[in-house]
Amino acid sequence: MSRLSALLGRETALAWGRGGGPLVTLGFYAGVATLVPLAIGPQSQRLAAVATGFAWVALALASLLSLERLFERDFEDGALDLLALSPAPLELTCAVKCLGQWIATGAPLALAAPIAAVGLGASPALMPLIFACAIAGGLAFAFVGGVGAALSLGARRGGLLTAVIVLPLFTPPVIFGGGALSAADSGLPWQAGLALLAAYAAAAIALGPLAMAAACRNALA
Amino acid sequence: MINSLSLRDLSVRRGGRVLFEALSLELGAGQACALIGPNGAGKTSLLRALAGLVPVEAGEIAFGGSDPESARGGGLHLVGHQDGLKPARTAWEELRFWSLWCGGSAEAARAAAEALQLGALLGFEVRRLSAGQRRRLALARLVAAPRPLWLLDEPLAPLDAGWRTRFGEIMAGHLAGGGLILAAVHDPLPIPAKTLELA
Repeated sequence: MSRLSALLGRETALAWGRGGGPLVTLGFYAGVATLVPLAIGPQSQRLAAVATGFAWVALALASLLSLERLFERDFEDGALDLLALSPAPLELTCAVKCLGQWIATGAPLALAAPIAAVGLGASPALMPLIFACAIAGGLAFAFVGGVGAALSLGARRGGLLTAVIVLPLFTPPVIFGGGALSAADSGLPWQAGLALLAAYAAAAIALGPLAMAAACRNALA
Repeated sequence: MINSLSLRDLSVRRGGRVLFEALSLELGAGQACALIGPNGAGKTSLLRALAGLVPVEAGEIAFGGSDPESARGGGLHLVGHQDGLKPARTAWEELRFWSLWCGGSAEAARAAAEALQLGALLGFEVRRLSAGQRRRLALARLVAAPRPLWLLDEPLAPLDAGWRTRFGEIMAGHLAGGGLILAAVHDPLPIPAKTLELA
């Protein structure tokens, strides 16, 4: 256990420093959110209609930013060899790496998402639901994104490849979360969308590490 | 606890090319073996195959007293030329993490740092260490978390003459405790050792 908690500490510290860490991710997120009113005009009614949707899509894009280095750096400097040579199964090691990634970037984004949405004109009553969606969605993005990052190990311009692999897999959580938010916005039942989003996140957490470990073993061999 | 290592008729193929074939070796507790051969002969691939990271084309690897899975999980150390140390983290953060990861403790990491005279360097970022200091930091893991089989890839290359002698003493101590060492080298090991040549 001390082995895995040491790994979580290392991964969180590395993700915090990686490419500027949460500040750059949050800056990117704030930047995208600021561009929206500039693109579609300042009329508050039009903005309010799309506010939650834009906050949600920007969250998915911001989660992509630091994925590239999740496995790549450990692969290049030989640390992945040592992480694989351990009594801890590589699947668990990969899961802990994704969790560290989420703590350093996904969790700060989940705090920023409701603020950005309300800033764009969404109703403040939606803030708790946006936060819940961003927590579940962020976990799904981190674990699905980890699969893409592991699959693109060793490829030149792996970051671009990661985005291309991962974006189609981001479709279901974007639909579920966006559906829940727009339903809640129009006073309809939103529970089903949030439940599906949480189910997708649970599946990504359960199955993603299997794919990540297989992809890492393949890259090392 | 691994008490012997035997390779029988081992072949490894990388990228469509056979690196070596029908390689055999018997290594008992307290023995060291120097792995020699020209660049590209497959020394690193052999060490990685022993660690289970590279698939074996044919032949058998047996760890006496241990099944391959637990031998690779907690019975061997692999120190390659890529040391896995992150340039932006301090030497102490890295040594402490790898010690814990390999099943050692923070106190053992501290003691290993003393054994390799890294005490004064622990507060520095890894990027500020010289090549020899970095190698000593990587080798400190061997002392911090004792494991019977050491697979070393050019462990001496960046070390100065004094540290080659000192690391020779550390290796001799490991062998005296029943350990095994297989080291890919270009210069002779500073301890009595068998030789396995890859053509």
